[in-house]
Amino acid sequence: MKIPGLFLIAGLAWAQDPALLKKRLENDWPTYSGDYTGQRYSKLKQVNTTNVKNLSLAWSSRVVAGPPAQGGGGFGGRGFGAPAGPPTIVGGEGTQDFGGAANIRASVLSVDGKLYVSTPDNAWAIDARDGAVLWHYYWRTRGGTHIGNRGLALWGKWLYMETPDNYLVCLDAETGKERWHKPIADFNRQYFSTMAPIVIGNKIIVGTGNDLDAPGYVQARDPETGDIVWTWWTVPTKKGDPGLETWGSLEGAMHGAGNVWIPGVYDPDTNLYIFGTGNPSPAYTNPPSRDGDNLFTCSIVALDMATGKMKWYYQMNPHDTHDWDSSETPIIVDGEFKGRQRKMVMHADRNGYFWVLDRLTGEHLLTSRFSSTVNWVKEINAKGQTIRDVAKDSSVPGTLVSPNNYGATNWPPAAYSPDTALFYVPTVDNYAMYYLTETDPRGAMGLGGKDEQQLAALGVYMTAIDYKTGRIAWQHKYPSAGGFGAANGVLTTAGGLLFGGDNAGNLIAYNAASGKILWHARFGNVSNAPQTYLLDGKQYVLAAAGDQLYAFYLQ
Amino acid sequence: MAQTPPGAAPAKPAMRRPPAYPERPPADPAMLERGKALYGIRCTFCHGADARGGSGGPNLLRAELVLNDKDGELIAPVIRNGREGMPKMDLTQAQIADIAAFIHSFKVGGYDISRMTPLTIVTGDAKAGEAYFANTCARCHSTGGDLKGLASRIPDAKALQQTWLIPGSGRGEGTARPKPITVAVTPPGGKRVEGRLVRVDDFLVTLIDSDGARRTFSRDGDVPKVELKDPLQPHKDLLKTYADKDIHNVTAFLVTVK
Repeated sequence: MKIPGLFLIAGLAWAQDPALLKKRLENDWPTYSGDYTGQRYSKLKQVNTTNVKNLSLAWSSRVVAGPPAQGGGGFGGRGFGAPAGPPTIVGGEGTQDFGGAANIRASVLSVDGKLYVSTPDNAWAIDARDGAVLWHYYWRTRGGTHIGNRGLALWGKWLYMETPDNYLVCLDAETGKERWHKPIADFNRQYFSTMAPIVIGNKIIVGTGNDLDAPGYVQARDPETGDIVWTWWTVPTKKGDPGLETWGSLEGAMHGAGNVWIPGVYDPDTNLYIFGTGNPSPAYTNPPSRDGDNLFTCSIVALDMATGKMKWYYQMNPHDTHDWDSSETPIIVDGEFKGRQRKMVMHADRNGYFWVLDRLTGEHLLTSRFSSTVNWVKEINAKGQTIRDVAKDSSVPGTLVSPNNYGATNWPPAAYSPDTALFYVPTVDNYAMYYLTETDPRGAMGLGGKDEQQLAALGVYMTAIDYKTGRIAWQHKYPSAGGFGAANGVLTTAGGLLFGGDNAGNLIAYNAASGKILWHARFGNVSNAPQTYLLDGKQYVLAAAGDQLYAFYLQ
Repeated sequence: MAQTPPGAAPAKPAMRRPPAYPERPPADPAMLERGKALYGIRCTFCHGADARGGSGGPNLLRAELVLNDKDGELIAPVIRNGREGMPKMDLTQAQIADIAAFIHSFKVGGYDISRMTPLTIVTGDAKAGEAYFANTCARCHSTGGDLKGLASRIPDAKALQQTWLIPGSGRGEGTARPKPITVAVTPPGGKRVEGRLVRVDDFLVTLIDSDGARRTFSRDGDVPKVELKDPLQPHKDLLKTYADKDIHNVTAFLVTVK
C-alpha cells in the first residue's frame, strides 16, 4: 500500500513526513480539516464555476451501523441481491448496542483511493472509486452519550477513533482489525469523547468532555502505543494553576468543564496547536464557585506541541451562561489586515460573533456580529470580548434570548478561501426562552437547572464574512426557516466554488465570490460538510446524508 | 393472531437505547435507612442534605472519588483520615458502606426532574400586560373573541407563555397546531395557484391546493413568482421588539383570561 506523506524509518516505527504538515489540501483528505489550516479550501479546480453545472452522480453508498446481527456493514456499490458485504469486525469493552441508523456527521478521510468513515462506535473503509464497503469495524460500548463522532485520524497504516465510552482505538487501515485500544477518560465521571483525533508529527492529539462538570482536557499521545505524552487541562485543577483567580473557588474551577469536542488546527512555523474550548459548567447557572471569567473556557488556546504548555489564549466569551461552547474549529489565515501582513486565526462562535486574532501572540484584531438578532451582549469591551447582559441569563419567568442553545452557528465546519479572502459559515437567527428551574445556587450540575423552550428561527443562511472589516460580504437566506439550527458545514475550492448543504436537503454549489447558486442536487439532509478528492485524474465531490454517501464528478 | 401470514417472523420490538451511564443497582433499604441517618448526623452540615455541597463541603455527587467508589472502599480512607477542612471520623467499615450506599442512591446527572421545583413563572404585572396587549396584540386578537377562555384551555402558565409568543412552540403542549404557511405561485402569463405550503427551497415549491392536490413547481430565480404567507410572521417579527418585562406582564394578564 502506498502511504503518501509518510516514511518508514529504521526499525518498525512510522513517522509522519514533516512536509504533510505544510501541504495544502489537494488530492487527498488525510486529516479532519483536509489540511492543518482548517480552511477547507481545496486547490483542486477541475470542477469550477464554468462546468459545475455538469456535475453528476459517480456513486452512492449506504453504510449500516451496529453488530453483525443487525446487518452491520454496507451495501455500497454492490446493490441489493449482490453478495453480502464484508464481515463486521467486533471490538469493545462493553456489552451495549446503542443501535439506530448510521448518521454521518464527521469528516471522511480520503487517502490512496480509500475513504475512512465513522459514526459513534462504527468505522468503515470504502472504495473511493465505487463506494464499495471494504470493511466495517464495530465497537461494543459501555455506554456514554452517543451524540456524535467527528471522524478518524490516520498515521502510517494505522487508523484512530475515539469512542463515546472514552477509548482511543487503533485499527489497521488495510483490514479494519484492531491493534489496541486505550482508555482516554473516566467513564464513571460521565465523560464522552467525540473528537476526531489529530496526528501532528509523532503525536496524536485527543480531546474529551462530559456533562457532569468534570474538567475538559487535550492530550498528546504516542500513536505507536497510545501512551500519554502530555495533558493540558482547560480549567485550573489545582492550587497555583493559571486562571484560578477567574473562578469563585478551586472546587468550582476543577468542576468547570471547558470540554474539548472538536479538533483544532496546527501552525508548523510556531509548532502551535490552536483550538477552541467548551463552555463553563454548570452551564446555565451562577453558583458562587463559578464567580469570574472562568478561564480557559470559551477561549481560543495555543499549545506548544513539544511541551503541551500554553503559549497564549484569548477568551471570547467570559463567564458564558448559555452553553455556547467555542469548539468550532478555528481557521489559520495569512493575509493582510489594516495594511499589514499578518499571521491570523479566525473563529465564528456559537454566540453569534466572529473573531480575528494574531496567531503568534493571541492579540485581538477584530470582533464583529454575524447574527442580526443576537440580544444578550451588554458591550464589546476594550479587549474585544463579548460581555454578557446578566439580565439575559435564564430566569424563573423566562428570558427571551437570541441565539438559542444551538447558537448562531455550531461545530459544523466553516471555510476560508484565499482567492476571495472570505470566511464562509452556515448561520441562523433564532430565539428561545430560557427558564431557570434550579434556584438553589449550589444545586445545578452540568446542563441542569434550566428549561429551554424553542421559539422560532427567523432566517437560515450561508454567510460570507469579509475578515478585514467583519462585515457580511454576501449572504444567502434560504427560502424556508424550518428547524432551529444552521446547515452542516462547507467546503471551498480553487475552482471558485463554495459547497454546502441547505436546510431542505440540497447540496448546493455557489460562486464563492458572489454567492450565486450554480448547481444543486437534492438527496436528503446533508449531514456533514462536503469534501473533495482527486482520483484517476477525476475530481470527486463527496457529501453524506445520514447513512448514505454521495460522490459526484464530471462525466 | 390470525392476521400473521404463515412463516412471517414476529415483529421485532423497537430497539431501545440503553442509558448512557447506567444507574447503580438499588441498595438494600435497611442499609439506605441506616446510611441516611448517619449521613444526616455526620455529613449534611458540610455537604448538604442532597449531597450537592453545603457550608464548606463540596458537592459529592460529581466528585471523582465518589463516582469511582463502589461500596465505600474509596470513601472510607477519607472519612477515617479526614482531609483539609474535614475532620476524621471513627466509623466502622459497615457504617461507611451504609453512608456510601446512601450517597450512591442519588441520581447523578444534569437533569433531575425531582429538583425542578414547581415554581410559578407568573411574576409580571397583569395591568401593564393588559395595556401592552391593547397596544400590540389587539391588532389581531381579542380576549373576548378568539382568545376567550385561553387560560382555561392552557392552564399551565409556561405553556401559555410559549403559546402566545409563538403558537405551537416550546413543547407544543399549548394548543392545536398553528395555522399553516400558505403560498401563491404565479407562472409568467399563467394562472395563480394557491395552497398550503408543503416545502420550499431555492429550486422547488410544493403546495397542496384547495382540491387537496399536491403540486410542485420548479423555480428559477424569480420565476414563477412565489409569495409566502406565514400567519406567524407578526409573532416572529415581534420577537425582536419585546423586553422580558413585556413578556412577563402579558403572561400575567393572559393567565386571567379564563
